[in-house]
Amino acid sequence: MQEHDMSWVRTEMALAEPAPASVRGLGAWVRQNLIGSVGDAILTVIGIALVIMILPQVINWAFINAQWTGPDRTVCATVAQGGIQPDGWSGACWAFVNAKFGQFMFGTYPVEERWRPILVAILFVALLVPMLVPRVPRKGLNAILLFLVLPIVSFVLLIGGMFGLPHVETSRWGGLLVTLSLSFVGIAVSLPLGTVLALGRRSKMPIVKMLCIIFIEAVRGIPLITVLFFVSVMLPLFLPAGVSFDKYLRALIGVSLFAAAYMAEVVRGGLQAIPKGQYEGADSLGLGYWQKMGLIVLPQALKLVIPGIVNTFIGMFKDTSLVIIISMFDLLGVVKQNFSDANWATPQTARSGLIFAAFVFWLFCFGMSRYSMYTERRLDTGHKR
Amino acid sequence: MATENAVSAEEIKVNAAKMHISDTDVAIDIIAMHKWYGEFHVLKDINLKVMRGERIVICGPSGSGKSTMIRCINRLEEHQKGKIIVDGKELTNDLKKIDEVRREVGMVFQHFNLFPHLTILENCTLAPIWVRKTPKKQAEEIAMHFLKRVKIPEQANKYPGQLSGGQQQRVAIARSLCMNPRIMLFDEPTSALDPEMIKEVLETMVGLAEEGMTMLCVTHEMGFARKVANRVIFMDQGQIVEQNTPAEFFDHPRHERTKLFLSQILH
Repeated sequence: MQEHDMSWVRTEMALAEPAPASVRGLGAWVRQNLIGSVGDAILTVIGIALVIMILPQVINWAFINAQWTGPDRTVCATVAQGGIQPDGWSGACWAFVNAKFGQFMFGTYPVEERWRPILVAILFVALLVPMLVPRVPRKGLNAILLFLVLPIVSFVLLIGGMFGLPHVETSRWGGLLVTLSLSFVGIAVSLPLGTVLALGRRSKMPIVKMLCIIFIEAVRGIPLITVLFFVSVMLPLFLPAGVSFDKYLRALIGVSLFAAAYMAEVVRGGLQAIPKGQYEGADSLGLGYWQKMGLIVLPQALKLVIPGIVNTFIGMFKDTSLVIIISMFDLLGVVKQNFSDANWATPQTARSGLIFAAFVFWLFCFGMSRYSMYTERRLDTGHKR
Repeated sequence: MATENAVSAEEIKVNAAKMHISDTDVAIDIIAMHKWYGEFHVLKDINLKVMRGERIVICGPSGSGKSTMIRCINRLEEHQKGKIIVDGKELTNDLKKIDEVRREVGMVFQHFNLFPHLTILENCTLAPIWVRKTPKKQAEEIAMHFLKRVKIPEQANKYPGQLSGGQQQRVAIARSLCMNPRIMLFDEPTSALDPEMIKEVLETMVGLAEEGMTMLCVTHEMGFARKVANRVIFMDQGQIVEQNTPAEFFDHPRHERTKLFLSQILH
């Protein structure tokens, strides 16, 4: 048997080289992602075929054949339907959206007073944008203005009845104004309230813990419609006689409490993911309970559940449409209400109106989604490695 | 400050030699302490008196209650019977007392327990700012002083996730020191480290010992025990089985369990 010489020593360390061309560039991406296997290739072909089949029709309907302006239904109806379009025409009736735009935004808020919601919107954007841009300083002051001062100022401005502003009943508020204001207050209330509930549910104090569990499980176990009915119909029973609550405020409370119960469970999920060592690290340094939670645990827990939080926000934003069952008209409610306007009744009206409403909802939800992803990336300190 | 500590450590040795031990020289006094986890009796009849400036190494097989015992000293664990007096304050359910004790007792954990969402500097300044109410600027100066001492000032603005295990553990030591503790507890500080990183952490601990810090270390680093400990404590089944000076402990163990343990770990 021959003897091996097992000893070997490296005389020069190998240097890193660029990856081979077969895994770089556009060609490699196409090979890997579009035609990686026979199955992939077939799916790619089917996908492209579907896009080719559907996209031209959609574009045709939504843009090329669409009617953008017009005084009434005639621009959106064919001759047979009593309009001016040739028979067989099919296109979006953006003229309807155009004509009703003010209502979609403000409901039946008096036209001459609409500067008030517009002013509120401007204030809102002026405070929200610096809040969302991390570079802008003075976040504390900004948050107080946005979450405490703005809602009060907005409410006074919108409802009027003082400072010489005519009173506008909340039943006349509607459209995007209601959608946005309900969701904004819902968001602003549900996150802190949900966080407190989540902490309460994990508390060692039995009474606090039980109250939080009862609240969360009760509210979460009931459909939002029922909660809205409840605050709308039942709440007055619990209030002293003569005290009446505005319907809008009741919806506000219902939506906020509902979202808070969901939020509490999302936040609790985050709290559970924080390792025990973090609590012990904070304890060993002598931090008190609120310092430990506020400085160590919650910043990490909330960061972990940003997708869940934003999911709840988005869900709530869309759920505000349910206020229609207590006869309040949010964006979708106003759009649907206008379908019955004889002046605009055509086969295209409902489609166009619904697509517009869907687009507005999507725009806001997509915005929230993108911002949350940006925040996730920004807060990632790479500790997961 | 460092020289002050060294002087007081000298005094303590002298005092101890003269056998004039007054109560103020006692850093930690554990008297007939028992602890249960539910029905399980984890710590049985623990009696331990730690003098100021003393360095104690606690060793023993896993599950012998070493960690649990030192975690009782800053009340990360609650004891059910007996007394624990730290720095003259008895640990009871009084939350204020517990916070007072925790301010004076630093702890270093096996898994570092740094706060991953804060930078190294913020990790070190957090407790001084919020617990000691130190002004931010001063807290940062103190933090940089200790980061220099553990030899990683250049990492101050990084996040824990960007550091190696040894560096993280040194940050954890610096973080504790920023609170200016009178007692330091080490709970297996090198057990989770790569072999190449153990030395840098041990060197930091040796430096601390030389300055006269009162230290209790749960560790399996017997070289460290021989070098810096005044006393080695051996635990098994939730009780202290044997304690002695390192030389006596390693060379002439008396209890059978100790002999067995040492024969397993010393080759």
